[in-house]
Parts: sequence; C-alpha cells; structure tokens
Amino acid sequence: MNVLRDLLRDGKFRFGFIVICILLFLAFLSFFCPYDPTRWNIFPRDLPPSFQHILGTNSKGQDVFWEATFAIRNSLIISVIAALFSRIIAIIVGLVAGYLGGRVDRFLMFLSDSFLILPLLPILILISSLIKGHLSLFSLGILLGIFGWPWDARLIRAQVLSLREREFTYTSILSGYSTLNLVIKEYFPFVLPLVFSTVINNMGWSIGLEVTLSILGLSNLAIPTLGTTLHWAINYQAMLLGIWWWLLTPIVISVFLFISLYLLSVSISEYSDPRTRIQRIGIAKE
Amino acid sequence: MSYFLVIFVGLTIVFIVPRLSPIDPVQQMINTITMMGTYMDPEAIEKLTETLKDLYGLRGSLWQQYLTFWGRFLRGDFGPSFFRFPVPVIKLIGDSLPWTIGLLSISTFLSWLIGNILGGLCGFFYQKRWARALENIAMVIRPIPYYIFAFILLLVFGYFLKLFPIAGGFGIGSTPSFSLRFITELIRHAFLPLLSMMTLGIAVTLQSMRLIVQNVLREDFIVFAKAGGVRNRTLLFKYAIRNAMLPQITGLALSMGQIFGGALITEIVFSYPGMGTLLYNAINTGDYNLIMGITAISIIGIATFILIIDLLYPLFDPRIRYR
Repeated sequence: MNVLRDLLRDGKFRFGFIVICILLFLAFLSFFCPYDPTRWNIFPRDLPPSFQHILGTNSKGQDVFWEATFAIRNSLIISVIAALFSRIIAIIVGLVAGYLGGRVDRFLMFLSDSFLILPLLPILILISSLIKGHLSLFSLGILLGIFGWPWDARLIRAQVLSLREREFTYTSILSGYSTLNLVIKEYFPFVLPLVFSTVINNMGWSIGLEVTLSILGLSNLAIPTLGTTLHWAINYQAMLLGIWWWLLTPIVISVFLFISLYLLSVSISEYSDPRTRIQRIGIAKE
Repeated sequence: MSYFLVIFVGLTIVFIVPRLSPIDPVQQMINTITMMGTYMDPEAIEKLTETLKDLYGLRGSLWQQYLTFWGRFLRGDFGPSFFRFPVPVIKLIGDSLPWTIGLLSISTFLSWLIGNILGGLCGFFYQKRWARALENIAMVIRPIPYYIFAFILLLVFGYFLKLFPIAGGFGIGSTPSFSLRFITELIRHAFLPLLSMMTLGIAVTLQSMRLIVQNVLREDFIVFAKAGGVRNRTLLFKYAIRNAMLPQITGLALSMGQIFGGALITEIVFSYPGMGTLLYNAINTGDYNLIMGITAISIIGIATFILIIDLLYPLFDPRIRYR
C-alpha cells in the first residue's frame, strides 16, 4: 500500500492509473450487457450517437458502446495471458542462463538473439494466416507470449549475472544452500521488480500486435476486441460512409490504453531505479 | 555474418511453419473452389491436387521440399498468385515494393534526422520550459502504434477538414508520369501516411537522443570544453550530438522491424498501393503463395537494412575510422 501511495505522487502514474481504472470499469460493465455481443442486427444500423445508443450503432447492427466494453475486456484478457506466459519463459530462461552460464547460457542467448533479430510481424502473419479461424482468445495470447520473452529474459539474465558475483551468493553456497533454493529464495526477490515493470510493457506490446493481426483479418473476427472492431470498421468502409463514431470509439480507447500503460511502466521503472527515486524524493520535499 | 544467419533462420521458419500447421493448403484451395458451387468429378480433383502440390512445392520428402524451396527462392520464384491467377507472385511484389520502399525510406530518414536534432536540443537545454514541453509531448505520442495514429490523422485531416485525400497512391484516372500535376498528386496522397509514420518516429528518436545527450553532457570532455570557452553551438553539434549519434544508429537498425510492420498497416489504413495493401488482399483471398512471398521478401528486406547499417557503422564511429 505504501508503494502505491508513493507511486501515486507521480503525475504520470496518477494519470495512467486513473485511465486504467476507468477502462477496467468499462470492461467490467460488459458482464451486464443486455445482449449477446457476437449477434448481428439487433439494433437498426448506422445510427448516430443518441440517448438510446450512447455511441451509436454500427453497420453490423450492434451498439458501439457495448461492443467497446467487450473489446476492452477481451483485449485485456489476451494481453494478460500473453504477458504471463512470456514472463514465465523469460524468468526461466533468464535465471537458468544467468546462473548456469557457460554453454547453456550461450545457447539460450543465441536463441533469444535470433528471436530478437527475426522480423516478428511477417512470421506472425504467416503463422496466423495458416491457423486463421482456429485462434481463440487463449491461443492468441499464448502465440503472442511465445514471441514476447527474449528481451526481458536478457534483462533478467543481466541481473542474475550481477547477483552471482555478490558476497551473499558465496555465503549461501558455503552454508549449504541448494541451487534451486538459492535461485528461488535469494535471487527471485531481486528479479521480481524487473518482472513487474516489464509486464506492463509487454501488455501494451501484445495489445498492439493483436490489433495489427486483427486489422489484417487474422484473428477470430467473431470475438470483439479492439483490433476486430477496427477490422470491421475498415471492412465496411466506415470512413467513406461517414460513420465516424464506429471508427473513433476503438481508436480513442486504444490511444488512452496505450498511453496509460506506457506511463505506468515508465513511472514504475523510474520508481524501482534507486537513482531516480532519490531524485524524486528530493523533488517531493522541495 | 548475422545477415545470412537471419535470412537462413527466417526462411527456414517460413518453410517449416506451414508444414507444421494442421491445415493443408491444397485441401483448403480445393475446398474454396468446390464451395463456389462448381461440381468436379473425383478425377479432376485428383489432377488439381497434383497441380497444386506442384505449385506449392509440396512434392517429395521434407528434405527434397526444403531443397526445392531454396532452389526456387534463389531464382526469385514464388509461384503464381491465386488471386490474380497467372501473374507470378514476384511480379506483384515488384509492383508494390517501390511504394513501400519510398514511403519507408523517406519517413525513416526524415524522422530520424528531425528526431535527433530535436532530441539533442532537448537534452542540451533540458532546463528550458519548451524542452520539457517537447519531452512531454513525445512521451504521450510514443506509445501509440503507427496505424492508430494514422486513423487519427485520417479522421482529422481527411474526414473532418477534408484537406487531404483519404485513400490511394494517386488520384483516380491519372496515369503515372513525370508531369508536375502527377507529382503534386503523389505528394498529396503520400502526405498523411508519411506524417503518421514520421511523428511517431520523431517522438521515439527524440526521447532516446535526449537521454544520451544528457549523459554525454556529464562527461569530462564536455566539462573541459565548456571551461575552455567553446561556444555553445559548437558544443552542441560538434561535441554532444556527434558523440550521441552512435547508439542512435544502432537503435535505427533495431527499430526497423517495427517500422516495417507499422508501415504495412499504415498502408492498409490509407489503401496505399504498397506491400501492406497487397498483403491484406492476399490474406483476404487466402493467397498462400503470395503470403509466403511477401513474408520472405520482408525478412530479406529487414535483414538487408540491418546489414547496411552495420556496414555504415565505421563511417560514423571515429574510433573505428581513425584506427
């Protein structure tokens, strides 16, 4: 709680936090949606915003507002799955490579290097165009997770490398700690803040990729997400027909989502970096 | 070295992924044809399967297929496209590649240049109010993906203000030529896509440049130069920015993949006649060969770009040059 209070002093964190809370609230609203979001032609088409339909209706005969609540929820679910999954890989690879070193380290780093250099998007496009239509929220999250780990694994490895050289490592080895115990009990607490600040980054990244793939029409288009909403709006030429509310809603939402996630991650990593934290405390005291 | 490795690994993935996937592209193609309602007797289907297998390069053992794949690739042959049937894939890509390269190179270069200069200024005058304002703007713009920004520009300038055309690479009915009218049209159509890609590029470069310049400023040689009475302008351009350039060049190479992906989607948003739009059509029509071709070409493109940056590196690094 103390951490949260400290963080909330930062303007960036406050903005991001509030926006995320609003978006989470909207996502939560989707549980009270009066109709099934995947059904078409429930309302008259292309109605501009009014009291009955706060954000109008689209060419599929759906209410844009309710569609948006589902979109937020599903996009967040995908990003959380992707972030968790890639975090697990990153932690394991980073810890193993950093601690064992030697040949294992070289192999794992070669692997993460090739993941880093490889142009990701074309390969993702190829994969998802082949399993198009079979991608559920979960499998899309996993797919994005598979590609999201290399950079963060490097960060964790670097941290472990520096930890390995410190005094307490030798002390614990000499006093008979097993490797597993050492890694989990002693190293993990140091690695954890790193994991937290990368989680948010990774969430933003995977939402971005989800939108990209959906605009290309490569995910399951029946499930409303931020990406699929945009896909349908492009597909129905919403711009040419002048149905701006259909296009503007997902855009505004995603802009706020991306900005707030980014500000949160910047703010948290500044907080966990001791140098900037001292600076900030100094500013707060003035 | 890493250049060939990237291409090798990338293309091997391009080769393996479709073969691991549970869906048979040949069967899929036949399904699409039979779904359209045309009746075919089993013999014709058999024949079609064989032809398709040949076209997709799916004949023989896996190893043979792999060799055929490389053989074809080295000859620049990706088979015919299906959505415009007899036209070979390589021809379609060749037609749209210049558009993408034009858009990408101009926007990358300009945004890198402007971003570095602005970032340098911001880092140098970090106490000034305008520098902080610029930083904050960059911070807000940075996380927005290219295509989302493209949508915003499209809505504002194309739809509400009607200043720029909202789609296409040039006006309907005009033919490509070197006349003044055509060139202005070209610029008018490219303006919004360029702007959307550049703004974000500038924000990203600005931020990292500012950080680097601030770090450089703390180093001894700057302090000495200042004490020795070197003028501010010289200090900024000759000392600070020059020394901060190097990491920025590396950053450019690393961000290329991302810029490329962003450009594809930006093209789709503006219906710009480049690789992105081609890819969009290929995916919508299930054109397997075309998707493979575009994927392979983009991997080579990005790898080549990284190679060029690597080769140019000594030009910018005085330590390498003066050795």
